[in-house]
Amino acid sequence: MDDILRIEDVSFRYDDEDVLQHIHFRVPKGAFVGLVGPNGSGKSTLLKCILRLLKPQTGRIFLFGTPIEQFKDWHKIGFVSQKANSFNTGFPATVYEVVASGLAGKLGLFRRLKKSDEKAVYEAIDAVGMSPFIHRNIGELSGGQQQRVFIARAIVSQPEFLILDEPTVGVDVHHVQSFYDMLERLNKQHHMTLLLVTHDIGTITEKVTHVACLNKHLHFHGSVQQFAQLKTEDLASFYGHHLHLLAHDHA
Amino acid sequence: MLEALFQYEFLQNAFIVGIFIGLIAPLLGVFIVVRRLSLIADALSHVTLAGIAASLLVQKTFVMGATFNPIYLGMAFSVAGSLFIEKLRTVYKHYQELAIPIILSGGIGLSVIFISLADGFNTDLFSYLFGSVSAVSRTDVWTISIIFFIVFAVIFLLYKEWFILSFDEEYAQASGVKVRVLHFVFIVLVALVIAASMRIVGILLVSSLMTLPVAASIRIAKGFKQALWLSVLFGELAVIVGLFLSYYLNLAPGGTIVLLAVCILIGAIVWRKWKRG
Repeated sequence: MDDILRIEDVSFRYDDEDVLQHIHFRVPKGAFVGLVGPNGSGKSTLLKCILRLLKPQTGRIFLFGTPIEQFKDWHKIGFVSQKANSFNTGFPATVYEVVASGLAGKLGLFRRLKKSDEKAVYEAIDAVGMSPFIHRNIGELSGGQQQRVFIARAIVSQPEFLILDEPTVGVDVHHVQSFYDMLERLNKQHHMTLLLVTHDIGTITEKVTHVACLNKHLHFHGSVQQFAQLKTEDLASFYGHHLHLLAHDHA
Repeated sequence: MLEALFQYEFLQNAFIVGIFIGLIAPLLGVFIVVRRLSLIADALSHVTLAGIAASLLVQKTFVMGATFNPIYLGMAFSVAGSLFIEKLRTVYKHYQELAIPIILSGGIGLSVIFISLADGFNTDLFSYLFGSVSAVSRTDVWTISIIFFIVFAVIFLLYKEWFILSFDEEYAQASGVKVRVLHFVFIVLVALVIAASMRIVGILLVSSLMTLPVAASIRIAKGFKQALWLSVLFGELAVIVGLFLSYYLNLAPGGTIVLLAVCILIGAIVWRKWKRG
């Protein structure tokens, strides 16, 4: 199976603090990978390295088989940031305008939206169930609705690889389950490869195909079935405290 | 007034320049306000003052300098100030707002030194500080027309990139948008528009033309494009009516334009409140 993402021996430090140490990691094409770990474990830092927002001190990152320094097809990657929950809510932009901005990378400099691009924007908004709110300002929506808009912005360029950094932070608990259902749909029906960073181990194990456990080192990386067989002590060793994994039907 | 407008070249100059800056200042101002950079315009206008004061000193000191148009040195100082702000924002990554007071106070300091070397205030300097209808020359009109077309073309061409940069810088970077280049172009254009606007509204009031129409428009706009058009409409309204009033009532145009912009802002706030019940 082709790898969408391959990370080889990546280490990153902020000043004197080691945040990532010798990370080897791969995301196969078509996988839905859940990246879990406690606060400060380096999850968001790893994503920033993948997205070229930070440069690791050592190691190499490959996207679609190309070293990240030479990678140009950024439109193949969609990104939903953790910061989406703390954007400027007074920003005067409609849902349509925010989603359309997701095409900027794909279109390139000086090119304007064509009819086919406008159609793609409407389709992306429809896919996340936000069509009734298309002309509303983004700040007038609830946290869950805003997050759907950011998903639409990330998928409007029809990326092959979608990266999400704790997308359910600040989202109403009632909407979390439907949000994960939507991600599962994108993975299974639209064959999109997903990398989801989250704290929520319980819920994602029902949806993802692979799990990676990070706490500065990569403690585990395998299929969700292998993850389910991990012992409580193994989980506790990387989370740093006692932990039980309980299966339940709720978000 | 219309008769006078056809008769006097200085009035024609003032109106042409007024219409140009009434369009580009609020247009660029929308991006400044939503990026929470409103004070940058103030800092750069004070650096522009240093350039103007330096020009007046050159005019006074050198015989050849008498014909030297202060707008050019004003622009050069403003652009240099904008580049320096960018440098400071990189040096103080975690305190980026520090760049503004540093440049602002540096600009005032330089201005005061140049003004004192040029033997204090004169009427020329006053017209630059508070704006003047009669001070706009044909050369200014040509210079400001060029700036107008450059700014308008760049906003048209880079609209989607500047939108994404303003809304979510990190996302823009992750999408492969050249954030640093775009920001550099943006801040240089802001510097040019400030230098261009000072003839009519004056250095001390120039930032208000970039922020007040925008503050009014974002109270009532649905979406970013509507905010842009409403800002331009409010800006033009304030400039054109302000120039008429200042001519008839013999008032400083800068102050009149700014007070009209404040009235429009109050109107927008009241309208929004009334509409919401």
